Amino acid sequence: MSPLEQFSVTPLVSLHIAGYDVSFTNQALVMCIIVAAASLFMALAVRKGGLVPTRSQSMAELSYEFIANMIDATAGKAGYRFFPFVFAIFMFVILSNYFGLIPGVFTVTSQIAVNFALAVVVILTVIVTGFLKHGIRFLTLFVPKAKWYLLILLVPIEVVSFFTRPISLSVRLFANMLAGHTMLAVFAGFVVSLGAAGGLLSIIAVAPMFMIVAVMALEFLVAFLQAYVFTMLTCIYLNEALHLHDNH
Amino acid sequence: MDTSSISGHDLITAAKMIGAGLACSALIGAGIGIGDLWGKYLDGALRNPGAASSQTTNLFLGFALVEATGLYGLVIALIILFT
Repeated sequence: MSPLEQFSVTPLVSLHIAGYDVSFTNQALVMCIIVAAASLFMALAVRKGGLVPTRSQSMAELSYEFIANMIDATAGKAGYRFFPFVFAIFMFVILSNYFGLIPGVFTVTSQIAVNFALAVVVILTVIVTGFLKHGIRFLTLFVPKAKWYLLILLVPIEVVSFFTRPISLSVRLFANMLAGHTMLAVFAGFVVSLGAAGGLLSIIAVAPMFMIVAVMALEFLVAFLQAYVFTMLTCIYLNEALHLHDNH
Repeated sequence: MDTSSISGHDLITAAKMIGAGLACSALIGAGIGIGDLWGKYLDGALRNPGAASSQTTNLFLGFALVEATGLYGLVIALIILFT
């Protein structure tokens, strides 16, 4: 069994409309579960809304404050308008990452298509916000303060770096998830093949098993970090659209 | 070894394997980066332990960004191997 087999998207309900394959896949199912879980949790956790929070309420409040602080630190007061957008992205990415760590559950963020769609939404929001707020002056984002002969070199670099952002944003998340889950599958394969070898080799099979535990711990860290980095960079890009070069 | 039995297809497979291996050299940079990052952090944290905890978010942000560059190499290796 290939370690990459876990990433294959398989249709659960086959559906074809006008020549397009719009089947309901295992990936779509997990995404629906994630959205439902996030919405239900947030709705139920703050339902009582007590002054002394219950455990679930304080979890909801912690995640809210975490994102609110992040927006405040990167984009300032003007960024608060984007709180629902940033919070939705954070919850979706972090829950996708953590759901993927449950054995047997499909990892949504290991699909470059999902990540790229998220990243394109982010970058389109940045562009639309920038033009709405600053009009044509938004284009000065590509013109750093420098001598004119340096600008000939710098402006193309700024433009290219701006338009490669959705790619780097999505590939970073995709590669981390793909690499982590592949590594887990490879070590699991070692356990199986060593265990089946018999004799002394079966005893050595314990070593890769402990390695899986260690990698799993690292994956828990990475799952959070990548969601954090994705959201953080979203905030930083939004800050640029809101404030151009000046700090808030 | 009888070289006449090596076909063009074998050569392409061999070249793919070598290419995928070379793509892993991205890990050199990631290794240097992560080592430097944590080393510098510890260096600073031991000099000024009071300020250490305030910089952990930056540390992990940097860690995630550096680690990702190594993984880009892995993605290239996988693209070479599976296309």
